[in-house]
Amino acid sequence: MTVHNLYIFDRNGNCLYYNEWNRKKQAGISKDEEYKLMYGMLFSIRSFVSKMSPLDMKEGFLSFQTSRYRLHYYETPSGLKFVMNTDLSVSNARETLQHIYSNLYVELIVKNPVCSSTPSLDSELFSSRLDAFIRALPYYSPRAA
Amino acid sequence: MSRQSNRTTDSKKMNSELFTLTYGALVTQLCKDYENDEEVNKQLDKMGYNIGVRLIEDFLARSSIGRCQDFRETADVIAKVAFKMYLGITPSVTNWSPAGDEFSLILESNPLVDFVELPDNHSTLIYSNLLCGVLRGALEMVQMAVDVKFVQDTLRGDNVTEIRMKFIKRIEENLPAGDE
Repeated sequence: MTVHNLYIFDRNGNCLYYNEWNRKKQAGISKDEEYKLMYGMLFSIRSFVSKMSPLDMKEGFLSFQTSRYRLHYYETPSGLKFVMNTDLSVSNARETLQHIYSNLYVELIVKNPVCSSTPSLDSELFSSRLDAFIRALPYYSPRAA
Repeated sequence: MSRQSNRTTDSKKMNSELFTLTYGALVTQLCKDYENDEEVNKQLDKMGYNIGVRLIEDFLARSSIGRCQDFRETADVIAKVAFKMYLGITPSVTNWSPAGDEFSLILESNPLVDFVELPDNHSTLIYSNLLCGVLRGALEMVQMAVDVKFVQDTLRGDNVTEIRMKFIKRIEENLPAGDE
């Protein structure tokens, strides 16, 4: 059980925030390249699933899994995208991502008048609170990884 | 979502008179700083816009409302949820245009103008114009371009306060340039 990493993208595809916890293997490309690929993939998946959907969908794309990890996706109506990779034992991280949005992002970034959210978040308070929150998650346990 | 409902109930109560007076002081100061009413109206709209683009995140986080399916639903959410949450009033939604892209919010009471009388030399001042900016800014962040303006105002002798909203277009999301 563990959390690998977390991305926050704004509506224009800029990566506002990135952090990793138990990520043992790197992609071998620059971080910027990785963000772009990640955003591009999400963008494509999102438009693909909405085209394939037999009915109008409200939430759309929520997560996918491979043999090694599961990617959890949460998008706000304002276009912010929260992406968290965990191992397969974490079945649903939606509440976690919503919590990060409504209790951390909105409280510490949006309501902070000196904190503009472009192009990357520059708030130590946000980073440290988020880090503490992730580490306190029931499924965050590096040793079991 | 028990967590979110807890958050809504423990949100701090604020004295509405203090709020009204603070807004009045703001408008008064703007009237001193700018030459004419048009300029003040413009500034109020701009300030409202900047509030709106941030306020929408707070709104989404607190109300946990998803994307609206059509403009009618948007109108309902604005009137019944947003105005209720931030101003404690529920305007009525009326006067739909036949095409369904334009409607009016009728405010029976407007907490911003509780103690206000417009002096004669400010006849073109749109006192509550901040609200237009807030609505425009907030909706822009959820991919909706709208035109918002006051068409009636009790301050100027009308019976009710009426805000007219016109849907202009959906702002499409595009891949950032250079990304294939």
